[in-house]
This record gives sequence, C-alpha cells and structure tokens, in this order.
Amino acid sequence: MRPFGYARVADADTAIATVREHPGGAFLAGGTTEVDLVRQNVLRPDLLVDINDLPLAGIEDRPDGGLRIGALARMSDVAEAAGVADRFPMLAQALLLGASAQLRNMASMGGNLCQRVRCGYFRDATSPCNKRDPGSGCAAIDGFHRGHAVLGTSDQCIAVHPSDAAVALVALDAMVRTRGPGGERSIAIDDFFLLPGDTPDRERALEHGELITAIEVPAVPVARRSVYVKVRDRASYEFALASVAAAIHVQDGAIADVRLALGGVATKPWRARAAERSLLGGPATPDAFAEAAGRELAAAVPRPLNAYKVELARRTIVRALTALAEDGR
Amino acid sequence: MGTDIKAPPVTGAGARTITLTVNGRERGLRVEPRVSLLDALREHLGLTGSKKGCDQGACGACTVWVDGRRVLACLTLAVTCQGREVTTIEGLGDGDDLHPMQAAFVAHDALQCGYCTPGQIMSAVALLREGHAADDAEIAEWMSGNLCRCAAYPNIRAAIREVRDAAGGA
Repeated sequence: MRPFGYARVADADTAIATVREHPGGAFLAGGTTEVDLVRQNVLRPDLLVDINDLPLAGIEDRPDGGLRIGALARMSDVAEAAGVADRFPMLAQALLLGASAQLRNMASMGGNLCQRVRCGYFRDATSPCNKRDPGSGCAAIDGFHRGHAVLGTSDQCIAVHPSDAAVALVALDAMVRTRGPGGERSIAIDDFFLLPGDTPDRERALEHGELITAIEVPAVPVARRSVYVKVRDRASYEFALASVAAAIHVQDGAIADVRLALGGVATKPWRARAAERSLLGGPATPDAFAEAAGRELAAAVPRPLNAYKVELARRTIVRALTALAEDGR
Repeated sequence: MGTDIKAPPVTGAGARTITLTVNGRERGLRVEPRVSLLDALREHLGLTGSKKGCDQGACGACTVWVDGRRVLACLTLAVTCQGREVTTIEGLGDGDDLHPMQAAFVAHDALQCGYCTPGQIMSAVALLREGHAADDAEIAEWMSGNLCRCAAYPNIRAAIREVRDAAGGA
C-alpha cells in the first residue's frame, strides 16, 4: 500500500476544510471499500481524513413517518432499528442481504452510497478502464462481463452499481443531505447517482470535500408492505445478479400505488419508472407484472455474457410483485 | 459553515506512536497510517492469532472486535483504533482455560486445518451476543462472512448450537 497522511477530526467543518485543502485528500468512514482499493492502488489518496468521531451516527424516526439516517450510522444499526423494519422493510431487508455481519458493523450509510463498482477491470489497477483512467477504454465491453449492467450503460462503461441499500433508497425517493464549502444542500437520490455516459469517472453529484451528513427518507405509506428480493450466485455474502425493491398497494382490484427499483442490472440504482407507469391503475396480476417488467427492460442493452440478466430481472420483478400481491389478499 | 475552523490536525505518512487497548491492556506501538489493524496486531504486537487470509475483506479470518463489535482487521487502519477497545482471540480464553466457544469447537471437531478458526470463534461469540442464532439457517446466514475452505461448517454450527443452548437462549 502506498503511504498517505492521516488526520482524525472531530467536527464537520474541519473535515471539509481539510479535504478541500488537499486535492488528493478523501474522507475515511468505515473504510470497507476505500482501504481495500487503496491497498490495490486503485485509489491513491495522499491524505485520509477520519470522520468517524463526527456526531453523524443517529437514526431518527420523524413524527411525519419519515426517517433520518445519519451518514455515519452503520448498516447493521440501521437494519436493526425498529422504525426501519416496521415502516421500510425493503430497506432493512436490503441492508441485511448485503455484505457480511462484520462488514455491516463497519460500513457507514454515507459510505454505502459512495462504494465503488466491483468490475474486475476497474479493480485490477492495470486493465483499460475509463472509470479509473479516463480515456483508456473499457475492457469489460468485449471482456468478461457476466456480472455487468444491461441498463444505463454507455460505450464507455458497463459496470454495475453494487449497493443493495441504495436500490431501496431510490425506490423510497430518499434525499441525500450534504455539507460542503458552499454550505448545505439536499440532493434527490436519483440525481445523486450519475449515469456513466462519457464521464464514467464521475459517479456521484458530489464536489471534492463535500460531505454526506444524512440520508432522509420521506414518509412512504406504501412501503410498510414492501420487499427486497436479491438473486445471486451464492445464498449469502454475494453481490446481486438482479435485485428488486418493491412496494405495492392494491385497492378495489387496481394498483393504487407502487414503487419499483432494480439492482444488479444497472449502472446506478435503477428506479423502474416505465414499469411503475405501466402498473398504476391496472390489475395486480402476474401477467400485468410481466408486461410492466418488459416495458422497463425494453431499454436493456444486453451483451453476450450478460444477456441472461434481462430475463432474470424480468422474473425477479414478477416474483417480488407477486409475493406482495398474494401477501396482501 | 461560518464557525472558526481550527488548523487541520494533519499528520504525514510517516510512523507515529499510537496507543491501542488490546485485550484490556494498553499497548504502545509505532505505525504508519497505512498499517492495518491486522498487521499491527500480528507484526507489531506479536498477536498472531488473528489470521491473514485474503487481506481484502472477503474471508473473515482476521475477525476481531472493536468496541465489542465484530469487524475485519484487514480493512481497519490501526491508527483509527486509537482510543478504542480491541479484542482478539488471545483475549477470549485464559491460557488453557478456554472460552466455552473454544471448548465447543474442540469438542465438535469444528475445524480441519484451523486457519479460519480464530475468526470463526470471534464471529461465533459475537453472533450469540447479537441474538441471531435461532436455527441453523440463521446461524449460516450470520456466519457467512467467515469462510472455511475445509468446509467444517456443519461442525461449526454444532459448536455454536451447543454454546447457545448451554447459555439458554438464541
């Protein structure tokens, strides 16, 4: 591992100012992705600013039914918080289906949103990779891309966004609260994550030295009955090949409210708006679910080794929605 | 913003003296910021019970507790543990007086080569404290961060069940 400086700070202003002053500086929270990638020379910070002493670990139920998750709250604590399991089961399930118990104890929620892709060509620190080394090319497009994305891709990058929790947060219309040199701001989570386009090295709408302070989840009554379904190569401790965060409310035989987001198949946590539009007002039947899934996946760009993901995602959507519809009868 | 910003307490990449509380004892050591907690324990403090399997957070062989929670020592920088309580497998028993989980691993032959065992045991004791050992499926799920290439999983689960049942709870 290359050498780097270290600063442990106790307040947000100092943390932000310190990273701002160092072009090669970065915040350090749980470190589960960052330390790994620094060790592999994929990330080369010259200074890590340890923010773990900042008072940002709270998890608050809001009186209006919303939830405020401090950026330094650990995945394990959020998953076990009563208000999360009761009101946002899709989020609790997504958290518990991610990583391992040890990693969930370490990983912060802000860091979860900032985790980097698992693409082997990005992580080997030598292959052409537009994300790691802009302009160098993408080794995955004509390489081993069995795990890569079919939605939101560009001819520059097809890496999948790895987070489970972020898929649920996208379905829930969460807001990302940040603080930076320009003060505080709120970013809709769907705008927080950027499509690769021509700039796959830019993954998030964050400036250098801008710190995530919290994730705010609004009240989403339909999410009380929601689910996160994750399909993967192993039963546990593995990233998704396809995953679905879903919530549905059926009234008088028609779908009155629905939330649907996909993981494991897209370059960012993927809100399935075309599928939601197709479902609203219609019947809660497997045929309608399959039709909606088809509309969302019509935009998919499959490649030789990941074409199976289109069908896998379609079936996972149908499975998640069918389970919710049957459970609601 | 607008508050007074203190001079950033930046330190360079060189070695500095830090104090870690390991198994209840304060230990001073000189490490660079890039030194992992795992290397600090093994190479600087001579505590070689925690094992280096993958060194990338995938295998669980380096599992220790920081402030009572199980974490991966390979992905933890030692400097970040200043002021925190670190517990390793060496802190679990007392010489030949084994922790019940260690004794259960012996009794159930819950290992073959033994390399993953310290991490398995640190995870297993934490698992019972977390309360996620109701049945074998739950034990398997919550122990999935500890790989055993010898596949001693059935015996590991048997050892965990025994300690769980002896303690009278899940």
